[in-house]
Amino acid sequence: MNMEISRRSFLKGAGAGVAATTIGAFGFGEAEAAFVEGLRPYKLAGTTETRNTCPYCSVACGVIIYSKGDITQGTAEAVHLEGDVDHPTNRGTLCPKGAALLDFIKSETRLTKPKVRRPGSNKFEEISWEQALDEIARHMKEDRDANLIERNMDGVPVNRWTSTGFLAASATTNETAWLTYKVVRSTGMVAFDNQARV
Amino acid sequence: MTINVNPPVAPDTQQTMGPQDYIRRSASKVPEPERKLEPVAKLIDVSKCIGCKACQSACLEWNDLREEVGVNVGVYDNPHDLTPNTFTLMRFTEWVNDETGNLEWLIRKDGCMHCADPGCLKACPAPGAIVQYSNGVVDFVHENCIGCGYCVQGCPFNIPRISKADNRAYKCTLCSDRIAVGQGPACAKACPTKAIVFGTKEEMKAHAEKRIEDLKSRGYDNAGLYDPPGVGGTHVMYVLHHADRPSLYAGLPDNPRISPVVEAWKGVTKYAGLALMGFAAAAGVVHMALSGRNRVSREDDEEARRLAAQAPAAEPQDGEPRA
Amino acid sequence: MTNSWTDIRNTDLVIIMGGNAAEAHPCGFKWVTEAKANRGAKLIVVDPRFTRSASVADYYAPIRQGTDIAFLLGVIKYCIDNDKVQWDYVRAFTNAAYIVKEGFDYKDGLFTGYDSEKRDYDRSTWDYEIGEDGYVVTDETLQNPRCVWNLLKKHVSVYTPEMVERICGTPKDKFLKVAEMISECSTPDKTMTSMYALGWTQHSKGSQNIRSMAMLQLILGNIGVRGGGMNALRGHSNIQGLTDIGLMSNLIPGYLNIPTEREVAYATYIGSRGFKPLRPNQMSYWQNYPKFFVSFMKAMWGSAATPENDFAYHFLPKLDVASYDVLRAFEMMDQGQMFGYFCQGFNPLLAFPNRGKLTRSLSKLKYLVIMDPLETETARFWENHGTHNDVDTASIQTEVYQLPSTCFAEDEGALVNSGRWLQWHWAAQNPPGDAKADTWIMAQLHLRLKKMYQEEGGKFPDPILNLTWPYANPDEPSPDELARELNGYAVADLRDPNDPTKVVLEAGKQVPNFGTLRADGSTACGCWIYSGCYTEDGNMMARRDNNDPDATGAYSNWAFSWPANRRILYNRASCDLDGKPWDPSRKLIEWNGEKWVGYDVPDIAVTANPREVGPFIMNPEGQSRLFTRGMMRDGPFPAHYEPFESPVANVVAPAIRGNPVARVFASDREEFGDAAEFPYAATSYRLTEHFHYWTKHVWVNAVLQPEFFVEISEELAAEKGIEKGGWCRVWNKRGSVHAKAVVTKRIQPLVCDGKPVHIVGIPLHWGFTGAAKNGWGPNTLTPFVGDANIETPEFKAFLVNIERSDGPATA
Repeated sequence: MNMEISRRSFLKGAGAGVAATTIGAFGFGEAEAAFVEGLRPYKLAGTTETRNTCPYCSVACGVIIYSKGDITQGTAEAVHLEGDVDHPTNRGTLCPKGAALLDFIKSETRLTKPKVRRPGSNKFEEISWEQALDEIARHMKEDRDANLIERNMDGVPVNRWTSTGFLAASATTNETAWLTYKVVRSTGMVAFDNQARV
Repeated sequence: MTINVNPPVAPDTQQTMGPQDYIRRSASKVPEPERKLEPVAKLIDVSKCIGCKACQSACLEWNDLREEVGVNVGVYDNPHDLTPNTFTLMRFTEWVNDETGNLEWLIRKDGCMHCADPGCLKACPAPGAIVQYSNGVVDFVHENCIGCGYCVQGCPFNIPRISKADNRAYKCTLCSDRIAVGQGPACAKACPTKAIVFGTKEEMKAHAEKRIEDLKSRGYDNAGLYDPPGVGGTHVMYVLHHADRPSLYAGLPDNPRISPVVEAWKGVTKYAGLALMGFAAAAGVVHMALSGRNRVSREDDEEARRLAAQAPAAEPQDGEPRA
Repeated sequence: MTNSWTDIRNTDLVIIMGGNAAEAHPCGFKWVTEAKANRGAKLIVVDPRFTRSASVADYYAPIRQGTDIAFLLGVIKYCIDNDKVQWDYVRAFTNAAYIVKEGFDYKDGLFTGYDSEKRDYDRSTWDYEIGEDGYVVTDETLQNPRCVWNLLKKHVSVYTPEMVERICGTPKDKFLKVAEMISECSTPDKTMTSMYALGWTQHSKGSQNIRSMAMLQLILGNIGVRGGGMNALRGHSNIQGLTDIGLMSNLIPGYLNIPTEREVAYATYIGSRGFKPLRPNQMSYWQNYPKFFVSFMKAMWGSAATPENDFAYHFLPKLDVASYDVLRAFEMMDQGQMFGYFCQGFNPLLAFPNRGKLTRSLSKLKYLVIMDPLETETARFWENHGTHNDVDTASIQTEVYQLPSTCFAEDEGALVNSGRWLQWHWAAQNPPGDAKADTWIMAQLHLRLKKMYQEEGGKFPDPILNLTWPYANPDEPSPDELARELNGYAVADLRDPNDPTKVVLEAGKQVPNFGTLRADGSTACGCWIYSGCYTEDGNMMARRDNNDPDATGAYSNWAFSWPANRRILYNRASCDLDGKPWDPSRKLIEWNGEKWVGYDVPDIAVTANPREVGPFIMNPEGQSRLFTRGMMRDGPFPAHYEPFESPVANVVAPAIRGNPVARVFASDREEFGDAAEFPYAATSYRLTEHFHYWTKHVWVNAVLQPEFFVEISEELAAEKGIEKGGWCRVWNKRGSVHAKAVVTKRIQPLVCDGKPVHIVGIPLHWGFTGAAKNGWGPNTLTPFVGDANIETPEFKAFLVNIERSDGPATA
């Protein structure tokens, strides 16, 4: 059935059926009232609230993540996110990025498996955590042992490893940053930097 | 005013607003509600708006809408128009003030105005597809929608959009599901500068007064509130720096009114059509699956105009508010 | 930020220059709109573009990018000429009266001591005259021509409104209007806040941009007061924390320094740091440096750091150059001197300048390790994406590991906001797939290295083998344990120095504050400025009391603010010499005759007499510096220098290109362009819909701003036949990009030194991964040169050419 025709015929029919108006008005009012209709089910009912901080800019807005499942059982999953009205800075508000954080958490391009791209290869392939970490640590040790400058020309101990560099994140926690600092500095690495400038 | 508690999460959260609060229901009568909810309003202060689109973002997230990733066409407006998934849209206008010679970047959040006298509802022939609550929320009930597009014609603000996917009409709900649990709309909650605020209509008008006073002190002599009487006032209002010229703001109607044609539908054709539409609705799913869009065509419109010219006013006036 | 986001509500005038807060920090900008709505505050925006911030400003003035110093020194001159100076503040709290050494001078754009070969200064004359008493000689009457104030007056004299217009392209009347509005804040009861960001830092003289405004704020008496301050709107959520914790080549947590190789022993390292007060009675707080340093070394190496081995001083690397910043790192890769690189939540292929050089450099690495929650262009730099990443995959021998890490929703810990608040957050969901926390990954790398060095030996394993690792689960130290280390703890019982029989803190207890730290090895502390964040009373960063007595904006019981939970730095300067608030309506602290009391933690010893001890306690002067001695490489005063790529010559000093002491690598100099070939002044920036290169992975944000574009004026579009929404090509010697054209009235051509200057705006959010349309970042075009002091790349001012195009070739 072609709906365009149907619509036109509806209007034409209506022209012929002016007398039927009262029937319609009588007939449908009460009958329709019995329909179950109206509001969307409230989607936060029964969710768990967790206080968090927006990871984007340095305003550091308070957010509440609403999740389902149990984090101690490995089943917790965020279902919604909003600004925290108790937070003194953002008072519940969020910018267009913060308001869409759920889509960041659930981005299709989030990484879920360790991968390696071998020299010359045109693809990433999966690798176990154990193997990836073993290989990386081996790379580090080989490079450090080959290139660490223990003393400079004047014989001063300088313990300087210049041939491997580390760019630290800018949205990780202080605690991650501190552990990163400890691990990186203990190797003598100097090309150590963060995202403060860009 | 703006809700200052976080949304509830209790598993048995009750929605305190529902069909019992309807004051209008398209193509049908509603019983007189036993109580009257306090009228609410969203106030959009264009002078505080920074055009950040947090409202768009929050709207998409709260309502679980997924809009297409588009392209850039030389402007900041994205998407380029309201869609069945974009209930609200920032519209950007670069305007050189003819008096000061200064550039003004007028940014208006477009979306449903929740008219006190809703043209969409009056135009709608599908029983219960559009409802109006006693607090002023005008909501679409999608399971009742037949996708005819009369609401689009009926709307003086050009707001509803028909989905190609399910052939039903969509627009801003004023986050009726949030209001029902004592929260404000997601856009107002998110708005970083509180250019969007939500509360009772009286509070919002009082808030607007203060904003207008501030704007006048900064040289905006024509600052004012947009609450157009032609549609009985609205439950989404604007504070405009140039309230004497609403159309500067991406074509906000200077004096919106329901089209006389739609008034004619209301009076005459709607119930005439109902008998036929009853059949259509019964087979609706099939129709829509087969035929897709179901818009008001030019012929429909002409037919309605002809009818409007011929027909006597119909009684009773169903869909009018019950005081 | 010297102040906090919530303090902005207290201001009378906001100046946004070198930033775009409405766009980049919308929820912080809220406090600007609050100040406007509730206090009648005004907002000024000075920017090359009419930004979203400008859209709600009371006054907007255009400026050519890279000329802020000329503008600001022009405002300083205006204030001096019109006696708009908060004199009591300037006399009491700045070094205006200090006498500068004979021999110091400034001529033809250069200060005394320039060596063009080294591109550096001999800064020995950039200093104070020291009297026989060992203190700086001053002239409180400000009559001496060599006092700082008179040198400053002379220095800014060239920056007349006409000169400002000539350099900056800001019409004289607009400049004067801005200067007048700013100058009104020189009274004690009016204050201005400066909100800036990378629009000031990303220049070859970025540090001096900021310094110019800081000097202006001192002259207006706006530092240390509510609603005032220098407010750096930091970029990422924890870049403040990462910097505090010293994750930079030359830093130790808490703004201590990694030694240089000239500091051959601990004694030289400490001895070369001159913390002796320069004026009588001053606190010169850095005198406590050894306490913080030794406590740090104990936190790192525990019992292996002893007084006998100078607390393991030689476990630290010693620098041979000022810094191994990222530009140097990529230069080293390119030169074949670097073989391995780690990127933890960082996408340098889009974040650093000159992408062609970056790709070339990464291709020379032996191994590259990526830890990230998301796909990055860097992780796939070897993958051919047609015109968007046209590389010869097979020839790239780099081994790339891509490790999935957790994001904020899955981890716990503290982030430090721009206002120095350490705010704790909690995990809401489990990591997706096999993603792991960075703490686990870092621990795994350390434990593997340690094991290999234990089993196999190798070069200088001591710092690795002895790294303190006191964690309950060595495989994954907990955020709680790490936070406690950052705060610091007593290694041994701490005894009262006046009564050694009394133990003030037992071994193993958390220190209450950094005042407890000691230089004898009896305390350990990861980051001294964080002391107090996790005490015996618990985790102060997790506090959520949002009460704010008398609505000062301080929120002192919300989270923890470093240092010492202080919310406004230099807050003693909010009071006059008698310790009474300059503006009683904006009281912060005050002297009650015996001690400092008030809403905030005093930024001075609580019993320090206001007439004796100056407010700037970290400075050996006790006062602030209008003249900064030899502490900055490019001058004790700011001076106007053009960007390295500029559409016009430096009208103050025509012979000088760029900042005369900025470091330039030879191969990069060859890729600089000049105005004859590349006539248009380009700048890069963020858009509010996106956050750097992350949100192109976020569907909603990809919807809101889907595709790469550049912004140009209607005039330039007409000249070039470029249509609104059509394609254009933008290029220079370093690269070429295709973009959609947003043709806008918000960008207007400027007239600089009599010549029209067209601006090309290039936002930075697109690449070849994620949900948004493929595109480019401005870094395909930006020059590989940084700020002379801190090496922040010059992203904000460079040259390009532009033409209409048919769009990128399809792959």
